[in-house]
Amino acid sequence: MIQVKSLYKSFEGKDVLAGINATFDNGKTNLIIGQSGSGKTVLMKCIVGLLTPEKGEILYDGRNFLSMNKKEKKTLRREMGMIFQSAALFDSLTVLENVMFPLDMFSNDTYRDRVKRARFCLDRVNLIEAQSKYPGEISGGMQKRVAIARAIALNPQYLFCDEPNSGLDPKTSLVIDELIHDITTEYNMTTIINTHDMNSVMGIGDSILYIYKGHKEWEGTKNDVFTATNERLNNFIFASDLLRKVRNVEERELKKTKQV
Amino acid sequence: MHLYRQKRLLLQEIVKTMMIRPITTVGKYIMLMGRTFARPERMRMFFKQYLNEMVQLGVNSIGIVLLISFFIGAVITIQIKLNIESPWMPRFVVGYTTREIMLLEFSSSIMCLILAGKVGSNIASEIGTMRVTQQIDALEIMGVNSAGYLILPKIVALMTMIPFLVIFSIFSGIIGAFCTCWFGGVLNAEDLEYGLQYSFQEWFVWCSFIKSVFFAFIISSVSAYFGYTVEGGSIAVGKASTDSVVMSSVLILFSDLVLTQLLMG
Ligand SMILES: Nc1ncnc2c1ncn2[C@@H]1O[C@H](COP(=O)(O)OP(=O)(O)OP(=O)(O)O)[C@@H](O)[C@H]1O
Ligand SMILES: [Mg+2]
Repeated sequence: MIQVKSLYKSFEGKDVLAGINATFDNGKTNLIIGQSGSGKTVLMKCIVGLLTPEKGEILYDGRNFLSMNKKEKKTLRREMGMIFQSAALFDSLTVLENVMFPLDMFSNDTYRDRVKRARFCLDRVNLIEAQSKYPGEISGGMQKRVAIARAIALNPQYLFCDEPNSGLDPKTSLVIDELIHDITTEYNMTTIINTHDMNSVMGIGDSILYIYKGHKEWEGTKNDVFTATNERLNNFIFASDLLRKVRNVEERELKKTKQV
Repeated sequence: MHLYRQKRLLLQEIVKTMMIRPITTVGKYIMLMGRTFARPERMRMFFKQYLNEMVQLGVNSIGIVLLISFFIGAVITIQIKLNIESPWMPRFVVGYTTREIMLLEFSSSIMCLILAGKVGSNIASEIGTMRVTQQIDALEIMGVNSAGYLILPKIVALMTMIPFLVIFSIFSGIIGAFCTCWFGGVLNAEDLEYGLQYSFQEWFVWCSFIKSVFFAFIISSVSAYFGYTVEGGSIAVGKASTDSVVMSSVLILFSDLVLTQLLMG
């Protein structure tokens, strides 16, 4: 479980995060949604420590991240995995070496065991056949899956995904979403996902946090989304025609069941 | 009144660019070096990177070093021969001068300037690209000291390889000089050989090595700094790569002055 308490972060006097409070549970996929520029990436970077917030607290299962010293932070980092918007695979290493990298760096296993573990993770994302290719030689969706494999190589407690399915087709997005969701429940991880993909919201939104201009505007689950009365949330989620139609159908169904 | 304010703003701007920015840059550079020269987390990974970098930065530069040194050696011989030939001048002077130029300046300083262009831009753009594609962030998230992991092997590798490049350069230059005798018939090979050996001082070779090791540190650390601190996209990477070449060249020239004075003065 990760708790964020009144987090503030500003750039050049402009408040990007203005007092965010949130709780992210384990075993669930926690989504952060919001318009482009609303501060999702900044929030995630603050949580993982790539940016330092001005004020606030970040608790990893009760452990205060911001007051840790370097060594404690380093230990906590071993429990984190992150999937970046651009996959961020190491260009000079093959797919297998990419997945092995965290193991090479931190585990004391033998070479054979490390390869075995890396192969297992690659198999988990169904990419064992691409193990000797370089990141430049595989498609974007495959790169994301390799990034997932690399992120879970050390069995992390906390998984962070910044727009894991941006730039992917709907079908591949679904595969990635489900993969992340399955892994999260399987290992009871605390997973935080930044997204503005409505399919993800409806598919894996165990818990949804909507941020608007740096503060928490709404939170709930995917089932609450259709009945939410928050104006800004509705404007955001139902910006597309298709989803508006879906909502209308859904509301009609609801009324029908009520009448019956 | 208006003019006064404008003048003040201009002054502020000048102070900012001329004094504050260089000082903060130096500060950031020193801090980055502090993080770089930490004990590697995994010696195994460090040596792997170190070997890779020796090949990429050192071995892959041998070709250009040989090529350029060969032609410069040949051209210097011809130039000296043409320009100082006179009945009053002993014939071995051509060989002697060629050797001194190669040994004292070309094979260390000028070659490092050339390498600043090749190796420096390579380092800056590689690290810069890693920065903008979030690979450095990925390292940091894992808890890896990204500066130590990426930069330290490059610095150490270039510093180990550079004396060998200097040796290659000197030899290639001498061969170039001889080729002007053998194939060009510019002067007598025996005269050249005598000149090359005339009043030879071993210390000069050491000076070359010492200087080149300093320059290697400048090239690798300065370009790594520019690459590591890239912000933005591919344009920023391109700019960092150019800046790193310019800055390391300037620093090489400046420290050449100081080092030469210290070592030989
Ligand atoms: N390093 C930075 N320096 C200055 N401003 C920044 C920096 N990083 C982010 N910002 C600003 O913070 C705001 C929020 O950016 P952020 O990247 O968090 O948006 P986002 O919600 O992730 O958007 P998207 O969905 O497009 O990724 C933006 O207005 C951006 O200009
Ligand atoms: Mg973002």
